[in-house]
This record gives sequence, structure tokens and C-alpha cells, in this order.
Amino acid sequence: MHHRFKRWRSFAGALLLLTLLVAVVAGAQSNPFPQSTLHPKGDFAQMVDKLFRTTLFWATLVFVLTEAALIFVIFKFRGKPDDAEPKQVHGNTMVEVIWTAIPALVLAMIAVPTVRTIFRTYEIPKGDGVLQVEVIGHQWWWEFRYPELGLTTANELHVPVGRTVALKMVTQDVLHSFWIPQLAAKRDIFTNRSTTLWFKAEEAGDYPGQCAEFCGLEHARMAFQVIAEAPDAFDSYVSRMQATGVRAAEPVVGSTASATPVRVAAMVQADPDTLIGAQLFMTKGCVGCHSLDATKPMGIGPNLAGIGTRRYIAAGWLEDTDANLSRWIQDPQVVKPGVMMPDLGVTEAEAQALVAYLRQH
Amino acid sequence: MATSVLDHAGAVGIHAEKTGLWAWITTVDHKKIGILYGASAFIFFLIGGLEALIIRWQLMKPDNNFVTPEFYNQLFTMHGTTMIFLAVMPLSAMFFNFFIPLLIGARDVAFPRLNAFSFWVFLFGGLFLNSSFLFNAAPNGGWFGYANLSSKQYSPGLNMDFWAMGLQILGIASLAAGVNFFVTILNMRAPGMKLIRMPMFVWMSFITQLLVLLSFPVITVALILLMFDRLFGTNFFVPAGGGDTILWQHLFWVFGHPEVYILILPAFGIISEVLPVFSRKPLFGYTAMVFSGCFIAFLGFGVWSHHMFSTGMGPIADSVFSLATMLIAIPTGVKVFNWMGTTWGGSIQMKTPMYFALGFIAMFIMGGLSGVMHSSAPADLQQTDTYFVVAHFHYVLFGGSIFALVSGAYYWWPKMFGHMLDEGLGKVHFWLMLIGFNLTFFPMHIVGLEGMPRRVYTYPAGLGFESLNRLETIGSLILGFSFLVFIFNVIKSALSKVPAPADPWNGATLEWSIPSPPQEFNFPSIPTVHGRDPFWEEKRARGGKLPEPARVSGAGIHLPDPSYWPFLAAVGVLLLFIALMHHDSKFGPAYIFAAVSVLFFSIFNWVFEPFHEG
Repeated sequence: MHHRFKRWRSFAGALLLLTLLVAVVAGAQSNPFPQSTLHPKGDFAQMVDKLFRTTLFWATLVFVLTEAALIFVIFKFRGKPDDAEPKQVHGNTMVEVIWTAIPALVLAMIAVPTVRTIFRTYEIPKGDGVLQVEVIGHQWWWEFRYPELGLTTANELHVPVGRTVALKMVTQDVLHSFWIPQLAAKRDIFTNRSTTLWFKAEEAGDYPGQCAEFCGLEHARMAFQVIAEAPDAFDSYVSRMQATGVRAAEPVVGSTASATPVRVAAMVQADPDTLIGAQLFMTKGCVGCHSLDATKPMGIGPNLAGIGTRRYIAAGWLEDTDANLSRWIQDPQVVKPGVMMPDLGVTEAEAQALVAYLRQH
Repeated sequence: MATSVLDHAGAVGIHAEKTGLWAWITTVDHKKIGILYGASAFIFFLIGGLEALIIRWQLMKPDNNFVTPEFYNQLFTMHGTTMIFLAVMPLSAMFFNFFIPLLIGARDVAFPRLNAFSFWVFLFGGLFLNSSFLFNAAPNGGWFGYANLSSKQYSPGLNMDFWAMGLQILGIASLAAGVNFFVTILNMRAPGMKLIRMPMFVWMSFITQLLVLLSFPVITVALILLMFDRLFGTNFFVPAGGGDTILWQHLFWVFGHPEVYILILPAFGIISEVLPVFSRKPLFGYTAMVFSGCFIAFLGFGVWSHHMFSTGMGPIADSVFSLATMLIAIPTGVKVFNWMGTTWGGSIQMKTPMYFALGFIAMFIMGGLSGVMHSSAPADLQQTDTYFVVAHFHYVLFGGSIFALVSGAYYWWPKMFGHMLDEGLGKVHFWLMLIGFNLTFFPMHIVGLEGMPRRVYTYPAGLGFESLNRLETIGSLILGFSFLVFIFNVIKSALSKVPAPADPWNGATLEWSIPSPPQEFNFPSIPTVHGRDPFWEEKRARGGKLPEPARVSGAGIHLPDPSYWPFLAAVGVLLLFIALMHHDSKFGPAYIFAAVSVLFFSIFNWVFEPFHEG
């Protein structure tokens, strides 16, 4: 009797632990998870989520039944060393056929929607209404191009709500994987072939995503944002970006010695810091890799048109504050070791001027 | 060769129990080699565990900088490589070595010197890989070494050379052992032990060797191509030179998926030995267990691309690989249900090995079901490369393989070392391990679904990953501590030496019929087998418990001679790969020539080594 009590006590202890675990888990779930796969806000992600929930249902059901049976067996058939030898059973064909057939039926419940969904994932949307976007992966940042709009940007992809976006993706260097959990899912990208993914954002919002295929030193810091906005907000974003090209095309005053152009438009409204920043952008060599013109892709470093209003810098993880931007310009190898941007010997004051200049873009 | 009685006595003298370093280096005794495998693999397991604990410490809080990004990438690469090739595989090899001959009633393996060679090559391969830490050049491209990140252009250091060559060395060891056990099981069984009477551990080991023999050549070829790319400038995986990065993925996973079964099938075998003994009831559905194992192995070669759903192979390929993967759940389910059928109606004896065996079933169910969840290709497009997958394969490889290996260790410890492990400490070990394991790995399911990718050295605050990661780190400390309890148990038991009887658990198989630890020749006379549970049957026939078997002199029993040539040949293999690392130095060709000379010289002498008795 005492023995049995002890056994139940240890069982109750195990149950309590399990409950605690579930409580912790449930508590954690009330936190916001902006990169979650479980709260889909795009049609592709919703389609995947529906399938996930089907598999989760069957897996949970089988889990609960088998674990319960296991626990039952342990308590029901527990013996003592001096008990008589139990009946020697070698098998039972009927039982074995049944427990081969039932899993097969459960799998069929998963297999049918799986195959149906697989074919849907490959139905690449076509037509005039579809917004085409080219994604180019770099160690360790993302380049986005809108071929129809003639625009290039980096690490922040703006899309209109309610319009299907078709992504065509390649990498510039090693393999990456484009993953935007709330809107679509993930797709690996390669050098010698392009891969595709598509989604339609159902709700406006900022959706974080990141590279999901290990791509070297700073794989952890290769994130991006998808900004889904109302169609008119997206249109005004597009005109703003296209304007960076118009501004760049305006007549320029060159400091003829170095043949580095400084834009009139920028100079007219600029404070002294901005002017200095504009010159530093040339003399420090930033211009060698970074374009400030969204209509002119450069492809070495991220296109910086619109950097003044981006949420994050350094590929989607460092908040775009003046302090962070200044630190990044001064010490890129400390902020994100191994990144391609070299240490350019920019002083604190110079960095401030550069920040002021970049904020104009 | 004729020998006099006197010569023969001398020959027996050679086989007298010997200790000391030289005896271990020259041993060809499968039991000693088994212990060598176990001891080395356990040390590598602790190293891999330490790497895991550093990883967990780094991920305990967001934006942590406990380790540098470079060191973190080395850590997770070496953790995976170590646990798979240097811990779980050789821990299984410990049981293959020690117990396959005992379970089939043989005196040794088919090729005892090849067996010694396998061990030394494995050990040198492990040391070679880990020596990279000394040069601050530990592999850093993941245990899967995806092209083209592993190319010279994107990994210019020695890191991935260490990886490619280290795995190549380990592959030689695995292939040699695979041939050896395959032949041993086919040819060395005692009279009456038909294939369909073999203990389930032997069956699962047999299938495992088949998987090794068919899958390791694939990774060998892939690694040779990679080595040529890196050392000699070929372009097999370099897109700019017309190579293909996805070719690597196919080659790697054609090996990599069967490898998963190489890691888990021996565990299935161990569990299938432990459950009947501690339920006092034969294995339920023996034939179904054999065929489900064969079916799993067969299907295991047809599902590799489920590791590649996110590459976008097209709807037909995705569907085929999804369905084939789901199919594997059926024979796996049969195994789980048959294990439960074994315990059903039994008289369950709750000893430590049984705790771990039942823990194995409970945890493996979880890992199997999450596996079914990402067999569904579209669902996997969200799950792959996230912590959900990390959770899944730890439930399979830790909750599965490690729980089973620990169960096997507690079960067979008395036979291997002749003394019992402490039951109380064993149960403390179990509960700490079960709790620590679930605290570490269960939250990973959730944090993965909530968007945390794998192989990231850190994560920013604000994505909701903080609290679960903290919980996982706490769990990992408990898990690590549980193995300290195990080590304490081993030391305490070794000191107190509670002598183990020959048959402490009322075992069903032949190893329990001989003294603990077994004498060098295992069986004074080769037993004749009449059924599936030969020792149970013998005990029944002879009216219950048998007297302790006596230790006998073993005079006149032929055993293979000790030899140092396998050790030297293994040194030659090691030297060859070290020389290849220096192939472009001034004396590179000379180094390679010297290493090849050592290797050939050793193999030559090994082949023509004279027998001491004939």
C-alpha cells in the first residue's frame, strides 16, 4: 500500500512538472512574436498554416493516445521480482495488422491536403495585377528590385496590401534562404538558377524576416523588413523613390578638382553639416559602393535611397537611430564583424555630418 | 604448421589476460576494442556536450556576446559533427564490438585486426578534427558543409579542410567496421542461430552495417570532390566555373538521411533487448520488428530530398518525397506499438535500464511525430532551418539514440566490467536527464514556430525569443549535470566494486550465460542455439536459475594474435591526411610520399604477419 502511494506521488510530481511547463509555454505565447509562423498575415502563409494545423491536430491526437497508453502500461503491469512469470506472448497478427493500418489512415489524412497544397505553392501568379520583385542575396544583406518600376532598394521591401507579389530570387555569392514567416514561408536562393516565391499581404504592417540558410559569419545578422502598406501609401513611396532619380539627374555643381558631384537641390536646403556630409560621402569613398539613387542599381553595397526613413540599418536588425547610424559609419567592423564595409577612418564629427546628409535621403 | 603440446601451452600464454598500454595498442579482442570505442566516444560526447553548453550560454539572452560570431559558428559545426560521427556512431560501435560476438555465440569478429584498425582510424580522425581548435581553425561551415560556402573562395581558411579530411578519415573507419560486422553476423553465428533467431539488436546492427556500406561511399565521393575543389582548384561545386551547388546537397543527403537511421537503428536494437528482459516477456511481433527495420532502411534511401524542400524542386518531386517520408512513419509506428505490446501484460521490473528504455519510447514518439509534421513539404517551408527542426532531431537523436545508449550502458555495464552500477544514482540520472532534456528541447518547438532560425549566433530583443531561450539554457545545465551524476556513478561503482553475477537481470540472450566480465575467449565451448531467447530457454529446460558459470583456463582455444600493424596502418592514414593539408608546402609531395610509405609498409606487414599458432 505504502509502495503504491509512493508510486502515485512520483506520478503526480511528473504531472505537476508537465503542467508547469505548459504554463510557462502558454505564458510565453502571450508575448508578441512579430516573426511568427503561427499568425499568418499573407495568403501563402495562411495556406501553409492551414496545412500545419491539420498535421498538428493529428500529431497531437496520436501523441496523447500513445503516451497515455505508455503511462497506463507502466502503472498497470508493474511487477515485483518474485512475481510469477507472466504469460509468454510472442505476437498477435490481428493486432499488428490493425496498428499498421491505423497509422496509414492517419497519414492519408495528412497526405491528401499536403499534395494539394504542394501544387498550389508552385502556381506562380501571373498577369498585370502582380507586382514583380527581384530579390538578390548578398553576404549579408538583401537587395530588392522592382523591374517594372525601375527601382532598387535594400533590406526594406515595400509592398501594397491586397496585391500579389511575385518574387524571383538569386544570390550574388553563397546560398541564402529568403524567409518571411508571417506573409509567405521560405525559399532557398542559388547562383545559377532563380527560385520563386509569392504572397499577398492581407494586412498593413511591418513584417520582419531573415535569411534562413547558414551563409557564413554574419548569417544571424541578415534580416530584412517587409512593409505592407495601403495602395496609396505604396504609390507615394514609389514616387518618393523615383524622385531620388529625378534629383540625381538635376544639374550638379562639381568640385572640379575631384570631379565629385554635389547636388544643387541638396545644397540649397542644406545646413553646413549636410554640405560637409555630402562631400565626405564622396571623399571617404562611400559613393564607391552605395548609390543614393533608387533608379540606379549599384549592387556592391546596399542602395541608400530612402535610408533617412528606414526602420533598421545593417540589414534589418539595428534600429536606424542617429546614434546607431553614426556608430555604424565609424566602426562597421565592431558593429557587425566581417561585414564587407571597411573601416574608413571616419571621426565622430564626420560621422555626424554624414548622418545629417543621409537623413536627407 | 605443426605444433607440439609445449608450443601450444606457450601460445595460450600469449592470450593470458594482459594489461598495460602495449596490450591496449596491440589488442584485437573485440571486447577491449569495444571498451576503447566506448571510452573515446564518451570523451568526445563530453566535448560535444560542452560545446552545446557554450552555445546555450551564448543564446541565453538577446544580443549576447559571450562568444564571437566566428567561434559560435565553429561551435555549432563541431557540436553536430562531434555528436554524430564521434559520439553516437562510436557509442553504437562500442555495443557492436562488445556484444555482437557474444549475442551470436562467437569468439571474436570476422576480421579482428581490421576491427582494431577501424578503432584507431576513428580515434585519429576524431583527434584530427578536434586538433583544429588548437590552430583556431575549427570547421565553421555547418556539419552539412553546404556548397558554395564551403568553397575556397568563401571559406579560405583551413577550417573546412579539417572538416572534409576529418570526415574522410572517419568514413574509412566506418566502412571498415561496416564490412567487418556485416561479415561477422553472416558467417560467425553459433550453430542453430538462424537469421530469424538472431537477437533484435543483432538484426538492427546488421541493417545498420548495410546502410553504412551503401551510404558512406556517397559521402566519400562528395568529400573527394570537395577536397579537389579546395586543394587543387577544380570546380565541381563552384558555380562560376560551371559547377553546381545543389549537386552537393543531393550527394550529402543521399548519405545524410540513411545516416539518421545509422544513428537510430542500433538504439531500436538496444531497446528491443532491454524491454523483454525487464517485462519478463519475449519481444512482441519479432518478425514484424525485423521487417519494419528492413523497410525503414530501404525507404531511408528514398527520402533524402525532404531535407531540400525549400530549394523548390517542383511539385512532383516535392510530392514524391513527402509521401515517401510519411510512409516511413508506418514501420516506425509498428516498432513503437510492438515495444508497447512487449510490455503489455508483462511483469515490469523498474530497474535503471528499463527507466531509460521507457523514457526512450516516450521521447521518440515526440520526435517521430514532429518528423511527420515536416514531412509535409509546404509546412516544412516554414519549419526547415528553424529551431522546430532542432527540437525534432534532438528528440530523435537525444530522446531516441542517447536514451537508448544510456539504457544499454546500464543494462550491459555488469557484463562489461564485472560490477554493478548504483541503482539509486541511476534513477537520479534518469529523472535529471528526462527533465533537463525536455526543458532544453521542448521549448525549441515553440520558439522555432515563432520564427527563430537555426545557426544564428544571436537574436535581437523584441522578437519574443527571450524567455524560452532562457528556459532552454536552464534545461541544458540540468541535462549537463545529469551526466555528472552518471560519471559519479561510474567512479563510485568502480571503487566499491559490487561484483556482478553472470546473469543479474534474468537475461534472455547468450551473453548472460558466461561470467561477468567474459573471459577473452567468450565461450569455453560454442553454444548450440534452439530458439529466439536461447538463455531463457536453457534456464527453463534446466529448471530455473542456473549456478554461476565457472571461469575456465581456456587452454587449447584458438584466438587471433595481438598485432601492432593495424595501429601503424591507422597512423599511416592519419599522416596521409596531415600531409594532404600541407600539399602545397615546399616538401608537400615528400610528406605525402612518406605517409603513403608508412601506410603501405604497415598494410604489407599486416597481410604477411606470421601466426604464433597454427
